[in-house]
Amino acid sequence: MIEVQRLMKRFGPKVVLRGLDFSAHAGEFVALLGPNGAGKTTFLRILASLSRPTAGVVRIGGYALPQEAAAVRRTLGVVSHQTLLYGDLTAEENLLFYARLYGIEHAGQRVKEVLELVGLERRRADLVRTFSRGMQQRLSIGRALLHDPQVLLLDEPYTGLDQDASAILDQILRTVAAQGRTILLTSHDLARAEDLATRFDVLSRGRIVASAGREALHHSGLLAFYRQALEAA
Amino acid sequence: MKPRAPFLQSVWAILWKDLAAELRSRELFSGMFIFALLVIVIFNFAMELDVATRRSVTAGVLWTTFFFAGTIGLSRSMAMEKDRGSLDGLLLAPVDRAAIYFGKMLGNLLFMLLVEALILPLYSFLYNQNLFNGGLFLVILLGSLGYAAVGTLLASMSIQARTRDLLLPILLFPVLLPLVIGAVKASGGYLSGAAREEILPFLNLLLTYDVIFLSISYMLFDSVIEE
Ligand SMILES: Nc1ncnc2c1ncn2[C@@H]1O[C@H](COP(=O)(O)OP(=O)(O)OP(=O)(O)O)[C@@H](O)[C@H]1O
Ligand SMILES: [Mg+2]
Repeated sequence: MIEVQRLMKRFGPKVVLRGLDFSAHAGEFVALLGPNGAGKTTFLRILASLSRPTAGVVRIGGYALPQEAAAVRRTLGVVSHQTLLYGDLTAEENLLFYARLYGIEHAGQRVKEVLELVGLERRRADLVRTFSRGMQQRLSIGRALLHDPQVLLLDEPYTGLDQDASAILDQILRTVAAQGRTILLTSHDLARAEDLATRFDVLSRGRIVASAGREALHHSGLLAFYRQALEAA
Repeated sequence: MKPRAPFLQSVWAILWKDLAAELRSRELFSGMFIFALLVIVIFNFAMELDVATRRSVTAGVLWTTFFFAGTIGLSRSMAMEKDRGSLDGLLLAPVDRAAIYFGKMLGNLLFMLLVEALILPLYSFLYNQNLFNGGLFLVILLGSLGYAAVGTLLASMSIQARTRDLLLPILLFPVLLPLVIGAVKASGGYLSGAAREEILPFLNLLLTYDVIFLSISYMLFDSVIEE
């Protein structure tokens, strides 16, 4: 589903990604780990077609970035640091707006489903700027799921969520993964990542320096694996 | 393959979103309107004119007011998307980028026309001059369209820059010169009851300007909006 070869990203003189190789097939749930400033967000923004690679090959669902960006965008759901919502619109209006941009049929019905999914149906008529951070995050997750994307990219989606909302998101991600979609998630919460993901990749100094499947971790645990990967790098 | 939102539906969605948000906050409109009002009042005090001279400067005063007030709306409308992080949401959507441009442009145009629709009667009332003139309305429509077309493109270009509030007027005003000339001359012509043949070249100028800049924006928007 996701194919990345020798990906480079430079901001001016600063090289953030230096020849990163990565791939994830359909049904895989990858947790992308790495210290602050490792380039996780940068990598996700490139996959999301929001930022252009300096060099390298990126293909998602068979489409190449940046040439076939429009096709890629249709297959992607993105939860980023920012909520991508409009404070002066209600929860329902925000979702309706995006449903129209994605060309979703029966938009009203779909919006209702998504609001229920993220537990916001009772606040649907309230302006988003009156929402707490966690409620905005819930809605932003709903926004990413609206068009039933094949690939989900989530950049620290648990930020600001309470226990209830975290459990809801866990549940959503498990369901989505079980449907054979591809999920790529960054998180600093190793315990949660260990619970959910089927594969763990460590990004450091602009490359994936270690990668392990769930089975491989069985005795050592994710924390030990992560520490080791960073030391070896 | 998932259905793709048709072009017009996307344009409409973005326009609808801007109008709905603006109805709640009145953020853009109130700023533009108060600014425009201040400008026409200040002009009155700054130039103590006799009736005949005042008539001769009306077109210039009106367009200066409209363009300055318009700048406020332009820079805010794009900057809000960027600062509040919703721009990424638009860019992530599988829509033709030109649809984003047209949606934002039409919003800017509407806000401008609304301010103009309020300023004209106020001006007429304050300065006792009849501005109810079909020709003038046509010029205002064409002039504002050109302004919104160029302005939305340049505002999108400048949002990535740290100095964008400074950058926008510096980029915008030189590019606007032909439009200013056409709009002021054509409006002045209609207000003074000039002959059609005198006004027509300026109307043509406005029309050409609008077509050229709408086409340029259609082609360029995709490449200016990305980081
Ligand atoms: N627009 C930009 N311009 C210049 N440098 C940038 C830009 N975006 C990111 N960087 C740099 O790229 C590096 C990686 O940043 P990135 O945000 O991808 O890290 P991260 O792994 O997501 O970190 P965190 O865990 O803190 O979220 C940082 O050193 C950052 O300063
Ligand atoms: Mg980050």
